[in-house]
Amino acid sequence: MSIEPRTLFAKLWDQHLVARLNGEDLIAIDRIFLHERTGSVALRSLAAADRRVLDPHRVFAVTDHIVDTKAGRTGTLVPGGDVFLTATREETRAAGIRLFDVDDRDQGIVHVISPELAIVLPGTTLVCPDSHTCSQGAFGALAWGIGSTEAEHAMATGTLRLPRPMATRVSFEGALPSGVTAKDMALTLIARYGAGGGQGHAIEFAGAAVRGLDLEGRLTLCNMATEFGAMSAFIAPDDLVFSYLEGRRYAPSGAAWRAALAVWAGLKSDEGAVFDREIRIDASVIAPMVSWGTSPQSTIGIDALVPRQPESGLDVQGFAQAIAYMGVEPGTRIDDLAIDAAFIGSCTNGRIADLRRAAALVKGRKVAPGVHALVVPGSSAVRRAAEAEGLDQLFRDAGFEWRMSGCSLCFYAGGEGFAPGSRVISSTNRNFEGRQGPGIRTHIASPETVAASAIAGRIADPRALVQ
Amino acid sequence: MSAFPPVPRVEGIAAPLLRDNVDTDAIIPSREIKGVGKTGLAGGLFAGWRYTAPGTRDPDPDFVLNQPRYAHAPVLLAGENFGCGSSREHAVWALHEYGVRAILAPSFAPIFRGNCIRNGIIPVVIDMAVVRAIAAADMVVVVDLLAQRIEAGESHHAFEIDEEAKAMLAEGLDGIDLTLRHHPAIAVFHAADRLARPWIYLRQEP
Ligand code: SF4
Repeated sequence: MSIEPRTLFAKLWDQHLVARLNGEDLIAIDRIFLHERTGSVALRSLAAADRRVLDPHRVFAVTDHIVDTKAGRTGTLVPGGDVFLTATREETRAAGIRLFDVDDRDQGIVHVISPELAIVLPGTTLVCPDSHTCSQGAFGALAWGIGSTEAEHAMATGTLRLPRPMATRVSFEGALPSGVTAKDMALTLIARYGAGGGQGHAIEFAGAAVRGLDLEGRLTLCNMATEFGAMSAFIAPDDLVFSYLEGRRYAPSGAAWRAALAVWAGLKSDEGAVFDREIRIDASVIAPMVSWGTSPQSTIGIDALVPRQPESGLDVQGFAQAIAYMGVEPGTRIDDLAIDAAFIGSCTNGRIADLRRAAALVKGRKVAPGVHALVVPGSSAVRRAAEAEGLDQLFRDAGFEWRMSGCSLCFYAGGEGFAPGSRVISSTNRNFEGRQGPGIRTHIASPETVAASAIAGRIADPRALVQ
Repeated sequence: MSAFPPVPRVEGIAAPLLRDNVDTDAIIPSREIKGVGKTGLAGGLFAGWRYTAPGTRDPDPDFVLNQPRYAHAPVLLAGENFGCGSSREHAVWALHEYGVRAILAPSFAPIFRGNCIRNGIIPVVIDMAVVRAIAAADMVVVVDLLAQRIEAGESHHAFEIDEEAKAMLAEGLDGIDLTLRHHPAIAVFHAADRLARPWIYLRQEP
């Protein structure tokens, strides 16, 4: 009997298949993560309906979205934001769910601390009412974002019902040029195929340039899959993943670790497995990317011109509105634009390797006069590691603010924000209208590009600073 | 238990918002999310576009829903990838509270689509050409979920929707109730999986 070669996606899905329903599958959920902004309402609603969390030991929660990131913080700067923190505390306590709160040494952005604590493991299904949950696919898990009502469903039943997505493989072949990063790979994919280009698909990232990424780079790449419209994204786990996880808080140990490793070794697409769609990209020609508009697909190489007409897939009205909102001139160089602020952080690019690479570029240099530059570590553990290496001092000496961990200015919730009208270069994932505050113009890019731009005072090519 | 009012059929004016990639930050900015609940959100719907200045409730006459004929339109006409971005279900709760019961678009972002189905808004996937034609006709339309058909005057357009989604929307079914009927299958799965992958089942809080 011959066994049909299977994709990694099929292995992950079939492992968790509980029942086939009418056009949907019932999928077992191994881990649920909640944050205060969307998790609190799920917990409240579940309790109000008098429903029980099936297995609270597999549910975790964190306060990351609206927590203050200034030194000496106690809570949130968002007016009225306390209710989200209070509800999260009360409901997690009542349900017996482990909460990593503001003052916990393990606090941080959900998608940063989940791998740090080995809550995500290869081969697990992990959901969170947060769209960037797909980041965690970098560990060979099937991880995806859901709504709050779905989070209630997952907590109450241990499952989710959903249509089986199709399987795409995106292969980045060749070697990435120096000064070019996982962020630029993701933005290249989205610029080429559109912000909805991955709809209906679960994506396996593969190819030499992906295997060559460190774990932080893999997390960055998978993080951006939701900006591609994909259900999720993942990378076959390898020794880098296994040795990172070994000995961490919620990882198995002893005989269980060895048993897990034996299972995880099979988590890859078989030779000859057939995908519903294959995309190949030559990584060796990718340039540092920066967005000019208000969708992650409106992104160009740093030495390119702002387009004169809508890229395919963007409507004329939307193009005009994006040009007007961003205050950019069609046909001009993007790297001529002066910036007011520079932000390094977020679940996309707030990990230790991101901070190291950015710090190397700012070392011995100064942030341009008038530019508000800040670094927000993705987790408290990242912050401690960076401080132990002296990165905080490098950033401070250059004129950056150094913060506590959290989502911070990645999005605007009504509390702290950038100065009105600011043009911001940001290592985050979304350049939507108003994402970082009403009227704020966000250009997304890699942490290197953000660092180089902060120094130059305008959008700048990091390759000029890379030795 | 009914999760929301069933929507077997929706009839009313269709408001055109034909931009592509309308994200959930645009549908409801985070600053408009003020409580730990699913209500009190309609005022913040499209706040960045609907009002002249942030924090105010001063209507911008240029925004489609501020034109009297489209106020509280039960049907929204939209472009590609509607509802992309943040998973915040508040976007759907705000739309529902405002009165929207069906959205016609060539494609939806997946999390947003799922949220619609859990809350009584029909996400109708239909060609952009049809969306544009309905917008141009500027009229009352019928979205007949049971017949999987849109009626716009003399013209009718069929649409596809999977059976689970259709049943949930048409009957206002609660997903948790439905799934708990499969409790035996879930228990069988967990029993076998505990043996195959014991490391998944954390017992003690270390
Ligand atoms: S850092 Fe930004 S994108 Fe990431 S989880 Fe926080 S708010 Fe969302």
